[in-house]
Amino acid sequence: MASILELKRKSLQIRKELMTMIHAAKGGHTGGSLSNTDILTALYYEVMKHDPNRPKLPERDRFVASKGHCVESLWCILADLGYFPKEELSTFSQFGTRLIGHPNNKVPGVEMNTGALGHGLAVSVGMALAAKRDGNPYRVYCLMGDGEQAEGSVWEAAMAGAHYKLDNLVGIIDRNRLQISGSTEDVMALEPLDRKWEAFGWHVVTVDGHDYGELLKAFNSVPEVSGKPTLLLANTIKGKGVSFAENKPEWHHHVPNDEQLKQAHEELDAELAALADEQERSGTHA
Amino acid sequence: MPNTIPNRQAMCETLLELAENSRDIMVLASDSRGSAAMAPFAKRFPEQFVETGIAEQNIVGIAAGLAHSGKTPFVTSPACFLSMRSIEQIKVDVAYSNTNVKLIGISGGISYGALGMSHHSVQDIAVTRAIPGLAVVLPADRHETKKMTRAIAEYEGGVYVRIGRNPVEDVYEEDDDREFVLGQAVRLKDGSDLTLIAAGETVRIALDAAKLLEQSGIQARVLNMHTIKPLDTEAIVAAAEETGAIVTLEEHSVYGGLGAAVAEVTSQHCPVPLKILGIPDEPAIAGKTAEVFRHYGLSAENVKELAERLASVKMR
Repeated sequence: MASILELKRKSLQIRKELMTMIHAAKGGHTGGSLSNTDILTALYYEVMKHDPNRPKLPERDRFVASKGHCVESLWCILADLGYFPKEELSTFSQFGTRLIGHPNNKVPGVEMNTGALGHGLAVSVGMALAAKRDGNPYRVYCLMGDGEQAEGSVWEAAMAGAHYKLDNLVGIIDRNRLQISGSTEDVMALEPLDRKWEAFGWHVVTVDGHDYGELLKAFNSVPEVSGKPTLLLANTIKGKGVSFAENKPEWHHHVPNDEQLKQAHEELDAELAALADEQERSGTHA
Repeated sequence: MPNTIPNRQAMCETLLELAENSRDIMVLASDSRGSAAMAPFAKRFPEQFVETGIAEQNIVGIAAGLAHSGKTPFVTSPACFLSMRSIEQIKVDVAYSNTNVKLIGISGGISYGALGMSHHSVQDIAVTRAIPGLAVVLPADRHETKKMTRAIAEYEGGVYVRIGRNPVEDVYEEDDDREFVLGQAVRLKDGSDLTLIAAGETVRIALDAAKLLEQSGIQARVLNMHTIKPLDTEAIVAAAEETGAIVTLEEHSVYGGLGAAVAEVTSQHCPVPLKILGIPDEPAIAGKTAEVFRHYGLSAENVKELAERLASVKMR
C-alpha cells in the first residue's frame, strides 16, 4: 500500500511531467489535467487492480476516461507505471504519434477511445453489466468532466446504471467548476449536481478531489450501498498546483511558455521539498 | 405462395440458435423488442438480453462496453434513429474503438411508410459507409438474413445491417447452398447486355426486371450487392467491362448510397453509362412500400424500360 505522502509525491512528479510535455508539444489541456491528477494518481497507484505487464488481464479493473481531455495526466501516469517507455512522452501530439490529445487504445492500458463527451458512462455501464452477468469481480471507474454533465447521453447512462443496480460501477466527476467559456454555473447551471445524481438512483459521495485521505476512503468503501452505482463528486481546482493556472478558464488549453514552465516546476519542486521535510519529521521513509 | 416471414423474424430465429451455444451472444433493444421481433429472444435468454429504453445513444455505448468485455452484442433499434441519433457513438465507441458491435437497423428504408420522414432511413447507408472500419450490409431476403446473421456473428468487427419491417419475396430458394461472404457480391443471374446492381429489398425487383428484359431479348446480369462496405469492386469493374452499362436500385437516397458507391468505382476504373434509381432528395411520399417504390420508379416494369434505353445507348 502506498502511503498518502507517497501518493502526494507521485502526483507532484506527474504534474511536473505533464507541464513539460504540454510545453514541448505546444498544446494540451493543461487546466483539466491538473485538476484530475490526484484522482488518477489515487486510482492507478492505489485503488485499481491492474498490471502494466498484462494490460488485458481479464480481472483488471477498468478505467474509462469519459473526459478524454484528462489524457495528459493519463499518459504521464501510464508511462510512469511502465505501460510504455517514458521517453515516448516526448512524442505527445507529434506527427504520427500514438500519444494523441485524447485516449487512444493503441496505447497499452487504454480501454476505449474517447474524446467526444458524454460517451464514457454508457460504455462503462456496458462493461459493468457484462461483469455482473458473468459474475466477474472487476470494477469500472469512469471519469467525467463537470462541463460534460450538460450532455444528455450522460443521463441516459445514469438511468441505466441505476436500473441495472451496477454497484460495481463508480462514476467520478472532476468538479472544477470551470469549462472553456467560463464558470459551469454561468454556461449551463449544474447545481444541485449531487441531488440530480441521487434522484437518478446513484449513491453520491462528495469529496475534496485533492485530499488523498478523502479520495481513498470513498473509493475503498465502494459499494457503500449494495445495488447502487456510486458517484464520486470530487471538488477540484482547475489548474491545481500551478499558481498562475489555478481557477483560470483560459488555462483550459493554454500552453506554458518557457518562463511559466520554469515557474511551475519551481512551485511543484517547492511542494516536493515540503513533502520531504514532512516525511522526515514524521520519521517515515518512502 | 407469398412469403410471410419478415427478415427480422428470420434473424431472431438464427440468434436463438446461436445463443443456444454461446452465452456471449447478446441482444439489446431500445423499447423495440416487439418491432425487432426479438421478444422470443428476451424471453428465452433474459440474461443475454438488455433493454435500454428509448435511448439510442445509450444503447450503442452500452453495446460497445459489452463487446469490450467479450460479448457479441446485436443492437436492434429502428434504422432511422440508430443511424442518426447514435451516429457519434457508432463512429467513436464502435468503429474508432474497434468494438465487436452488430448494429441492426430495423424497419429500414421507407418501411414505416406513412409515418413520415422522421421514421424513414434513406440516409443510413451514406452515413455509415463513410465511417472507417464499419461494414455495411443489406440482406435481400429471409434466407440470406439467416446466413448473414451467422456470418456477422463470426466476423470480428463493427457491422451496420439494415433490414426492412415487412416480409419480402424470396430471392433465394430455401436450399440454396451458396455461402454468404461479407464483401462478396452474389451474381444471381448472368448476362452481357447490362448489369442491374441492387441491395436489400430491391434485389427482388432487379431479378423480376431481368426476367422481363429477357422476354425482349436483353440479357441483364443481376448482382446482389448485399455488402455495401467493404464493396466488391471487382464485381463492379467486371460488370462495367463485360456488360457496358449499369442500373443501380436502392431503397435509399440517390445521394451517397449504393449507386454512389458504384459510381465511385466505375468513374475511376471503367466509366460506363450508369443510372441510379432510389429515393430522390425530398421527404419520401407516404404509402406502402410497393406504392412508394412504384412512385419513384423502383418497379420491375420501369427498370425494364430504363434498362432497354440504357442498353441501346451504351458506349461499348
